[in-house]
Amino acid sequence: MDTDLELLARLREGDEEAFVTLVTRYQHPMLRLARSYVPSRAVAEEAVQDTWMGVVKGIERFEGRSTFKTWLFRILVNRARTAGSREQRHAPLEPQRAVDPIRFDTNGQWADPVDRWAEDSENHLEAAAWGPVLQSGLEDLPARQRQVVVLRDVEGLSSDEVCAVLEISAGNQRILLHRGRTRLREILEAQIAKA
Amino acid sequence: MLSLRRRDIVCQEAVELVTDYLEGTLSRRSRRRFEAHLRACPNCSAYLEQIRMTIDLAGTIEPEDLSPEARADLTELYRRWRSE
Repeated sequence: MDTDLELLARLREGDEEAFVTLVTRYQHPMLRLARSYVPSRAVAEEAVQDTWMGVVKGIERFEGRSTFKTWLFRILVNRARTAGSREQRHAPLEPQRAVDPIRFDTNGQWADPVDRWAEDSENHLEAAAWGPVLQSGLEDLPARQRQVVVLRDVEGLSSDEVCAVLEISAGNQRILLHRGRTRLREILEAQIAKA
Repeated sequence: MLSLRRRDIVCQEAVELVTDYLEGTLSRRSRRRFEAHLRACPNCSAYLEQIRMTIDLAGTIEPEDLSPEARADLTELYRRWRSE
């Protein structure tokens, strides 16, 4: 698979195929991210399209100081923020538990054993089978948690990169990541219990 | 020997430290206490393992393929942007 940088070099030469490959690679992650800022899918699609236009026209401005992906997501977040600019002023983060308090006894210890999800147990997690569950689980996360989890765990950005893309502090990044991951875990757990 | 030291953490506290632990942002002392708790607590070990698998699974989400229409639209836009 061509790296982003190879594709970018070809894009500078005006290579249409390189453009299509990049779009194929990032269109859905970008839509998912944009969707967490704006009220409708149509507006999200516009923000994504604007972003691609910015890339094509502004490609000379990419200096390689960040990865292409981080640069791309930053442009997108800027456009999506503008588009969704009835900007939900960020409420301070309310406390939220990682695990439902009902799961602990009065001493703060687990009331019931925690299941192992190990490879060889009957709770074995088959990556392919979990795709749809994870997708809908992500949709259910509050927008800011979803942004962080998507960028960190789905797209594999570092915490510094996520802070740069979303313009949030390292502390808030961690809080949102913690909540998002623990919420996703709960969703998987509920699915396993049903299976 | 087995009496709870004042600084020991309980499960309900341990689960709140998982992300900081994985991010490597716990103080050295907190990390030691957390790891000591894990060694003694199969439930919290299992919980940490579940979080790790959640992260791994999130990393397996594949982007869907682009529809041929979307691809054609974007190609056309590309040509327009280039010519502007």
